[in-house]
Amino acid sequence: MSLLEARGIVKLFGNLCALDDVSLTVEPGQIHGLIGPNGSGKSTLLKCVAGALFPNAGRVAFQGTDITTASPPERARAGVGIKFQITSVLPGLTVFDNVLLALQARGGVLDLILSRTRGALAERAMRMLAHFHLTERAGEVAGALSHGEQQWLEIAMALAPEPALLLLDEPTAGMSLEERRATGEFLRPLADRCAIVIVEHDLDFIRDICGVLTVLDQGRVVETGSVAQIQASARVQEVYLTRV
Amino acid sequence: MGLRSEGRSSPYRVVPVLEWALLALFAVAPLLVADYIAVFASRLLILAMLAISFDLVFGYAGIMSFGQALFFGAGGYGVALLARDLGISSAFAALPAALLIGLALGWLVSAFLLLGRHPPSVIFVALGTLTASFAAEELARSWYYLGGQNGIPSIPVLTAGGYEFSDIPFYYLVLGLFVLVYAGSRALTRSQFGLALAGIREQEARIGFFGYRVEVFKVIIFAVAGAVAGLAGGLYAFHEGFVWPSILGVVLSTQIVLYCLFGGTGTLVGAILGVIAIEGLSYALSERFPTIWPVLLGVLLLLVILFLPGGIISLLVSERERVGDFGLLRRMARRGGRVPS
Repeated sequence: MSLLEARGIVKLFGNLCALDDVSLTVEPGQIHGLIGPNGSGKSTLLKCVAGALFPNAGRVAFQGTDITTASPPERARAGVGIKFQITSVLPGLTVFDNVLLALQARGGVLDLILSRTRGALAERAMRMLAHFHLTERAGEVAGALSHGEQQWLEIAMALAPEPALLLLDEPTAGMSLEERRATGEFLRPLADRCAIVIVEHDLDFIRDICGVLTVLDQGRVVETGSVAQIQASARVQEVYLTRV
Repeated sequence: MGLRSEGRSSPYRVVPVLEWALLALFAVAPLLVADYIAVFASRLLILAMLAISFDLVFGYAGIMSFGQALFFGAGGYGVALLARDLGISSAFAALPAALLIGLALGWLVSAFLLLGRHPPSVIFVALGTLTASFAAEELARSWYYLGGQNGIPSIPVLTAGGYEFSDIPFYYLVLGLFVLVYAGSRALTRSQFGLALAGIREQEARIGFFGYRVEVFKVIIFAVAGAVAGLAGGLYAFHEGFVWPSILGVVLSTQIVLYCLFGGTGTLVGAILGVIAIEGLSYALSERFPTIWPVLLGVLLLLVILFLPGGIISLLVSERERVGDFGLLRRMARRGGRVPS
């Protein structure tokens, strides 16, 4: 059984067809890249999987369960995590509290009122921050972090509730070359813990860390396959040569 | 491993000083001032409790409620009816009843406004609570059973066993309950639940994707705030000796918003300062300028809202302290300033 199976997804914005019969399959432990020109539907597909958008047609199944109409909290509790394209850390809270906020999300309300899980989650929060080299910044407000560090914090927050599927929308946007390289190093070992779907424009970054790629163009899947297969694909080359 | 110092400072500095100073002031006030001032101070404490109920929903959860007077007035009318129809004026029955009326009504209103299929807009919730407050006031004004325009008079003195809480004893009862409400609200807003509220206030659309059922948190805090307002209303009924339709209505609801905007939201103590400042100014201005004092007060409020959007508390408390800390810094303090491993 595949971890994620999206079948025949159609998403319309008025007369614009953003996704036209798109299918995507993600296996456990896979790092799956979604690439394509601007406006090809990559982010829209990610949002349809996370529940930020609901498709007009098609079906999304996660771990064998149909989640097509499930709300975002239901999908998160089922094991789907997402980092959106626009950074949305809480700038006034400390870096530590941002991660704690994400970590405690699946706890019971009474546990939260009585702060029963704060101690146990604090250790996990610190481990998460250590993975992204943010331990020293734990006590600072998130707004004081650089753009790249905020992106890492956001990934740490998406990863904190231990999702089985992590969706990352342009995780390296606005980062320096050094920060992109570090992001790749942070993400690569995560495949042991969860499957990852990455939307990204940086093809070098995608090539380095993804095992499988899906290429979208004008709301349709052009090709799916390994990095070598995609690189050799005449259809993909045509899309990139004529549209990028 | 140590932490960098920039952007980090202990968030607990000014607020506790203010809290202890106010507590000390209210504790000794009846010993230092005339009895009528102590009675006025009882009113301040009750209104401060009401302002805290608004701060819980708006300052901490970002829910704009223009109807907190509904829960306040319902608590007041509840104890008035208990006294009139059942002869109950015991603190052990009347005050829990007021609290439960506020809780139940807060839950009902918030469930109706917040548990829809789609997240409600700020305007929808603001108008919904305002309408509920307006409708309740009109109902009380026109329903004979609730005393109509005149309300319910002659509420007896609050009792406990054979003891009667009049004047100064009533003041200290109010102060004791206020301290309990304040401490409970402070604990709640600094708990992990409070962290979730901070998330809702700052990034409501985002945190649902972590797994939070945002609307459940909102209904809980709204119901808790309703309970606080209901208790305040019950105390107010005994303080004034009667209840009347306006204590349910939009004028008082708006006044509560002004208390908090003037004092500053999201600190609890700012709400108290707002009540003291506005009620104190109203008292002082009305003595000196009996005809135009509302205009002067209005201009002052406008100036504060325009030039001090964080309220007067923002002159004393930094934004960092206002937002506060929910775990790490306290743990660090226990470990001698080091990050827990």
